[in-house]
Amino acid sequence: MNALGFSAPVLLWALLALPILWWLLRAVPPAPVRRRFPGIALLLGLKDRDPESQRTPWWLLLIRVAALAALIVALAGPVLNPTRALPGQGPLVVVMDASWASARDWPRRIERAAQALEEAQRAGRTVAVVTLTDPPVGALEFRAAEHWRERLPGLAPRPWTPGAALPDWVADLPEGTETLWFSDGLARDGRAALLAALTETGPVQVFQPDTPVIALAPATFDAEGVHVTARRTTGAEQALTLLAVGRDPAGAQRDLARAPLTFEAGALSAEASFDLPPELRNRITRFQIEGLRGAGAVSIADDSLRRRKVGLLAVREGNESLALLSPLHYLRQALEPTADLIESVSIDDLLLAGPDVIVLADMPTMTETETRDLSDWVEDGGLLLRFAGPRMAGAGASASGFVAQADDPLLPVPLRAGGRSVGGAMSWGDPRTLAPFAEDSPFAGLSVPADVGIRAQVLAQPGPDLADRTIAALADGTPLVTRAARGAGQVVLFHVTANAEWSNLPLSGLFVDMLERLSVSTRGAVPEAGEMDGTSWQPEEVMDGFGLLSDAEDRAAIAGADLAPILRGEAQPGPEIPPGLYAGTALRLAVNATDAQTPLNVAQWPMGTNLETGVERQEVPLAGYIFALAALVLMLDSLATLALGGRLLRAAMVVLALGLIGPRAEAQPVDTRIMEATEAVVLGAVSSGDPQVDDVALAGLRGLSTALYLRSSVEPSLPMAVDIEADELSVFPFLYWPVTAESPLPSTEAYARLNAYLRTGGMILFDTRDAEQARLTGGTTAQARRLQQIAAGLDIPPLEPVPDDHVLTRTFYLLSDYPGRYQGGTVWVEASPADAEQAEGMPFRNLNDGVTPVVIGSNDWASAWAVDDAGMPLLPVGRGTTGERQRELALRFGVNLIMHVLSGNYKSDQVHVPALLERLGQ
Amino acid sequence: MTSPASHGGADLRRSGEALSGGLPPLLVAADHLASSVLPGAHGRRRSGSGAEFWQFRPLSPGDGITRIDWRRSARGDDVYLRETEWQAARAVSLWVDSGAAMNFTGDDGRETKAHRARLLAMALGLALLRGGERVGLAEADMPPRAGRAQANALAVALAEEKRAESEHGAIDLHAAPTGGHVVIFSDFLGALEPIEQALAMAAARTMRGILVQVLDPVEEGFPFDGRTRFESMSGHMAFETLRAGDLKAAYLERLAQRKDRLQAMARQSGWHATTLHTDRPASEGLLWLYQALGGGRR
Repeated sequence: MNALGFSAPVLLWALLALPILWWLLRAVPPAPVRRRFPGIALLLGLKDRDPESQRTPWWLLLIRVAALAALIVALAGPVLNPTRALPGQGPLVVVMDASWASARDWPRRIERAAQALEEAQRAGRTVAVVTLTDPPVGALEFRAAEHWRERLPGLAPRPWTPGAALPDWVADLPEGTETLWFSDGLARDGRAALLAALTETGPVQVFQPDTPVIALAPATFDAEGVHVTARRTTGAEQALTLLAVGRDPAGAQRDLARAPLTFEAGALSAEASFDLPPELRNRITRFQIEGLRGAGAVSIADDSLRRRKVGLLAVREGNESLALLSPLHYLRQALEPTADLIESVSIDDLLLAGPDVIVLADMPTMTETETRDLSDWVEDGGLLLRFAGPRMAGAGASASGFVAQADDPLLPVPLRAGGRSVGGAMSWGDPRTLAPFAEDSPFAGLSVPADVGIRAQVLAQPGPDLADRTIAALADGTPLVTRAARGAGQVVLFHVTANAEWSNLPLSGLFVDMLERLSVSTRGAVPEAGEMDGTSWQPEEVMDGFGLLSDAEDRAAIAGADLAPILRGEAQPGPEIPPGLYAGTALRLAVNATDAQTPLNVAQWPMGTNLETGVERQEVPLAGYIFALAALVLMLDSLATLALGGRLLRAAMVVLALGLIGPRAEAQPVDTRIMEATEAVVLGAVSSGDPQVDDVALAGLRGLSTALYLRSSVEPSLPMAVDIEADELSVFPFLYWPVTAESPLPSTEAYARLNAYLRTGGMILFDTRDAEQARLTGGTTAQARRLQQIAAGLDIPPLEPVPDDHVLTRTFYLLSDYPGRYQGGTVWVEASPADAEQAEGMPFRNLNDGVTPVVIGSNDWASAWAVDDAGMPLLPVGRGTTGERQRELALRFGVNLIMHVLSGNYKSDQVHVPALLERLGQ
Repeated sequence: MTSPASHGGADLRRSGEALSGGLPPLLVAADHLASSVLPGAHGRRRSGSGAEFWQFRPLSPGDGITRIDWRRSARGDDVYLRETEWQAARAVSLWVDSGAAMNFTGDDGRETKAHRARLLAMALGLALLRGGERVGLAEADMPPRAGRAQANALAVALAEEKRAESEHGAIDLHAAPTGGHVVIFSDFLGALEPIEQALAMAAARTMRGILVQVLDPVEEGFPFDGRTRFESMSGHMAFETLRAGDLKAAYLERLAQRKDRLQAMARQSGWHATTLHTDRPASEGLLWLYQALGGGRR
């Protein structure tokens, strides 16, 4: 299939000149070698014997001629797989699907079409360009190709798919018309028929890129978040990003969230999930695949994605009642899956949260301020949903005897005091059932279950507008739900309780449906067919073929009956109802170019169709490669010339030297201190930020090192001050870290290094040096607070004061106390596991694993250990011999500590000695 | 042995330092070389004028009365003469070509011709000095003298870095004492006329000597090929050829002619001539030189 062509074949004639070049090049000998030679006097006057033979070697000539030949070929513009001209003559019709699926590579289609038009223009053929999604009225106009070339950039894909019917213009095509069909790659009814019709008139060439078509389905959501499913036609592995676009608080469109959308190899669908807070989710206007164009890669979000914020006023009751008796229990159950609930005992708090709906269950009285605030909120568009109850019924009676607050703005209708009870134990009648809902009721269409019965209710005061305000009534005509508009909002009253006390309505599915109809809750369900009838939907935004949304401006409203089949997936969007956002009275609905049912199958063309995918026969200009080849050959030539002149080695050395300069500069200096620290055990002192304290710490470690050297087989080198920000910590088995109130906090990197150090077996002894102060003040000292701040970033396990049987008490010396310069401060180590058991017959628990990574104390050990250069104690400890004893104990603690660091729980393992001896004996 | 690289630009200073502290490097190397040549025996092993006792011999006719050793003669009836060992010292003048051409070496691992020539001269000087000869340079301020001090002076003078302007040094034997010996170290690749004139002058002054041609193996073998531009060491002369390999035969022929001519010139003046190569051990050449000078005894 591969073919080679040239864009400027004339230049190839220059290849004929190569023999001349050969001859010319031969005359140029290589550069002479310069040599110092004392015997030159003997050479003077000698003649070259054979001047003809002093010519360039043939292989050098060959290299040069090859380089020139490559240059000439490159300039001639070689092209692999040059696009073949359309066969045939006569009129040409360019058919474009121009559907949403074509948008993904629209520029390529336009480019290809422009190419075809250019060829047609050269051949002087007449052309007609037709888009199937926007077919012309009447017959096709065959015009000169220039005419169409000018109009080509104005063509745009439409966000719907072509109709299945054979277009009218096909019948009028003149005989011999050649067709170039830009297919969107999707199988579709009517494609075969159109192809057959076009093939009858003349040859058909199909241009169909084999990039996958991706279509988004509308977003769904459940408790885990929002899910958007994408489907595609072909199955290579593909990683995309889905953007959730919406308005930011400033009102500008921006990406609110991103989620990966990854197609596994072979999978035809993938799902992206967003876990978003409700505030963010409610602002989402559309989902969009990043980097993909086309209406299929955009999914408009409508009200079905929004969850309403419902404020529940928790009942102010002192006693703790059973959950099932709580007036709010059934509301919570009904609303939780579909709405965001806010509960508070304070109206003010609820209002601050800005809910869409506030539910008051059996809340008879409110303070004047609360009433005012609530009614203001309702006037601004809030929905106040109230439920009756014993207290509401009782309040009316006690207030004015007969009429309860006739002008209460928070009740849709005035209530009669007392209410009534039917069908109860003390009454004669059966529970009342519901009457079917009236046509103009928002509940119209909901079926009334027969077993819903009302046992008690509050009664509305009869009035002229009571009938208008009633949206649900009992079978005997008494209002059950009343509603009144207040400003932009409304107030709705259920005349029964929200719990099962007065009726079993809250137990029924009808309750949930009713709440939904009242827009208290919303659900992603498409409105029922009947519901849509007679409604009218105003387009707010419409989408074009590229997936861009624009204002619908003054498009005519759409009848609900027309919109419904599209929403149900029974019909496809078309020119009359383009994808976009449609607003009804209380709801906005999105019509997307694609949904979960949109058929996505690769178009199959009959055998023998002239199919052009635009990929496998893509033109590959080779000029660049051949230029590179020429440059390579020329480079070879210079190398060869250098070699001939004997200077190749020198040139190579120069290149090498240049190459070596770089890496050498990067060589890292070896920290000599750290190198020294690797050669022996070296104790490290971390800087506290106070030079005096640091000096004492270093002197203390020196004293401890000396003691270790004298008393044990540990022979440490001189201790070092450690900079946790810069030094390699892993060479220090033990760090002493005195903490002052002003100790600097380590940087984030230092924390990472310290945590790695602790995890890999290092030990840090934190010393706040304030045991005395802590004992006197009895509170948390500044140093301890600082230590808490420092340790906050460290990976420190749970701690406990050193238990009596901790291995630290017996690693070298037997210790029961850990004094430093001060006495009595608590020493903390890693807590022993809770399941540690005391071994039988042993004085210690079986604590075998884990060297504590930190020891925290406040006894100022370094000061007790500190020695001067002469090895004498630096600082006084205690008084007299008691003090010396204390210093000795401090040193012993230090020795034990280092032994613990170096030998771990070796001493603890000795609990096994009896068992081992016993085994050996056998 | 001193590496050839040590004869760089800073050699003058180094020589001065070495002199103040001990022996210059050249002296050390030459000393080593000289001791490998001389078995340690001194003297001419024949009677002659000298301070050392050589032998008593019976008086023979023609001997002067004054030479009778009366103390020996009084012990018996015969009359004895006391003979002393011949210790007549010769004056040997050394001349080392300081031209730029001598700084050539065909291989970086090999010492330059100049270095080899100076080393040979120094070693020969040392050997002769130990033999009691007077050794100097054929220069105005270095007349032949005997003694250890002269060795140091010789070493300093030889190790001294001379900035070579011309291709070959101008030979001048006027400072050499009449009747003495002269040893000339050069590659003799320059013009031969000055050499000829110098030899004629030396012959007129009854001087005898050796022409030592020091050559690098590259000069002997001419291993070049291809287009080459030859330049003299001082850069004054240049010669370009398109194919150096073709010139090899002609070059070698000219070199052989030149050697023959040198031999002829030496023979005419009663001198010796030899060719030494820098890739051969220096001791080899030294031995020959020493023998040749010894053979010239009188």
